[in-house]
Amino acid sequence: MTRYQHKRFAFRRPREIDGDSGRVPVLIVGAGPVGLALAIDLAMKGVKCVLVDENDVVSVGSRAICWSKRTLEIFDRLGVADRMIAKGVTWQVGRLFHRDREVYSFDLLPEAGHKHPAFVNLQQYYVEEYLIDRAREFPDLIDLCFKNRVVGIEQTGDGVAAEIETPDGRYRLEADYLVACDGVRSTVRRLLGLDFVGQGFEERFLIADVEMKAEFPPERWFWFEPPFHNGQSALLHKQPDDIWRIDLQLGPDADPEFEMRLENVAPRIKAVVGDRPFEIDWVSVYTFQCRRLERFVHDRVIFAGDSAHIVSPFGARGGNGGIQDVDNLAWKMAAVINREAPVRLLATYDEERIRGADENILNSARATSFMTPKSQIERIFRDEILALAGSEPFARRMVNSGRLSQPCALGDLSLQTEDDSGFSGGLPPGSPCADAPVRDADGKSGWLLSNLGQGFKVLSFGAPQNVPDGVGQVIVLGVEEKARFGGHVQLVDAEGLAARRYGARAGCAYLIRPDDHVAARFVQPTRQKIEIALQIALAGRLI
Amino acid sequence: MSKAKLDTSYRLGQQGDDVYAALIEAHSGLSDEASARLNARLVLLLANQIGDGGIIIEAILRARGQLAG
Repeated sequence: MTRYQHKRFAFRRPREIDGDSGRVPVLIVGAGPVGLALAIDLAMKGVKCVLVDENDVVSVGSRAICWSKRTLEIFDRLGVADRMIAKGVTWQVGRLFHRDREVYSFDLLPEAGHKHPAFVNLQQYYVEEYLIDRAREFPDLIDLCFKNRVVGIEQTGDGVAAEIETPDGRYRLEADYLVACDGVRSTVRRLLGLDFVGQGFEERFLIADVEMKAEFPPERWFWFEPPFHNGQSALLHKQPDDIWRIDLQLGPDADPEFEMRLENVAPRIKAVVGDRPFEIDWVSVYTFQCRRLERFVHDRVIFAGDSAHIVSPFGARGGNGGIQDVDNLAWKMAAVINREAPVRLLATYDEERIRGADENILNSARATSFMTPKSQIERIFRDEILALAGSEPFARRMVNSGRLSQPCALGDLSLQTEDDSGFSGGLPPGSPCADAPVRDADGKSGWLLSNLGQGFKVLSFGAPQNVPDGVGQVIVLGVEEKARFGGHVQLVDAEGLAARRYGARAGCAYLIRPDDHVAARFVQPTRQKIEIALQIALAGRLI
Repeated sequence: MSKAKLDTSYRLGQQGDDVYAALIEAHSGLSDEASARLNARLVLLLANQIGDGGIIIEAILRARGQLAG
């Protein structure tokens, strides 16, 4: 019995079938979390899009469930994080078990003073539902088209033409850009004749959503060689609505069709949960891959999310990686489309997100390898780490059940300015911005990241700076500083954590990108230094 | 690649023979598989003691024979 009621979205006959041909700036293919987030981010920057999906329901099955802190910060910028946190299960502690005993626990956010938690577990169908509600707040900018299936693509030199099939017939849509957000079995990727490169694993895993009443705490629990599952790995996550995610390693010889039958799944689940009553809500059998396209930008066709790169789930880098793609891509596309930056800015999406994808692939592959040793000697090393973990502290951290998703550092890449040597520590260029508790001009408590605003901005510590036109400014003042600067956004660094986390000194300034990454920082800022850093961050902007 | 940090000059003082004897003694009576397990544990313990990933990986490559000289 499915708990979540999937609503069907209405199909609307496209105007284009009746001869109304238009051209849109952006055609997004695939209305999953990545496509929806991209549509919203573009809309917030004034860019129109058409978002097509061959389906008319949200995700069947919970699928991506672990949403990281960085992703929550991005969703907050997009206006959906509050709903996700209200509904979702917050967690930060993970425990590792070997056979029948705990060997290690870790805390993914061992400090206070952040708006968002380390992780929120929420089924993908809820995330999509909230994103669709948010997308509907932009009726003039986002055209959501369900049961619209792309069947052909042609790059026309100055754009892309897509052939789209609907229940009422076929039509052609022209766009300046097409973004493929259509997942691991991407039609767009297939139509362009592109393939992934990288590593596949033969191991099969059973993934199940199980509805049951249980008192396990909201923690990620991972077992190596548990007594209840024939010596193979198991993973347990808590989700809303009394749904529990259980992942069970099946071995390379498992037959997916056999394993997916409910009569075969039930005894496996029963072995994990014991005598408590349960119902199986959704089941899938996966083999994992850690692979990607060689590049994500193909002229006017751009790939994001699982259409571009695919990882095994250990470490929660799939959905989170895709949302970070959107964070990186949307402002660059908007800048190019709005003629604020040259087209070569889009090449930096490749530069920065290939790095992100490679980091995710590396970490997911290593975790999967640790769970599935390939040779006898690999198995010996893996088993001895597990054995040593019982008595030797160092071995516990070497146990790899997944290194959880972190944003990657972009410091040495082309949009960032070299760091000012006058700083010591803190956030160098290429870092995602850190959060901190602040108070606004009315004394109301809030959070630094929520107050940064959209677009490029300068974060100034202690006093306002002379900033270029079109760039915002946020002034951060220490609690003891009495000066106030009329006409500027001012925040009081309520616990001194902003200054500490940024490594800030009085009078310094940070140039922050629209995706809340540091582009440059200066101990002694001047307008000219900031202007030059801004030009670099826009790949040499159009005047 | 950064310059070599692994030191392969003799560093065992008066204890070289003691170390060798202890190694051999540790394996006495073990099957081949148990010996492989013991070696793996020892590699992990000693790698952690060295604590410098660059040196450890250089040692691994040198043992594998991929470094020149």
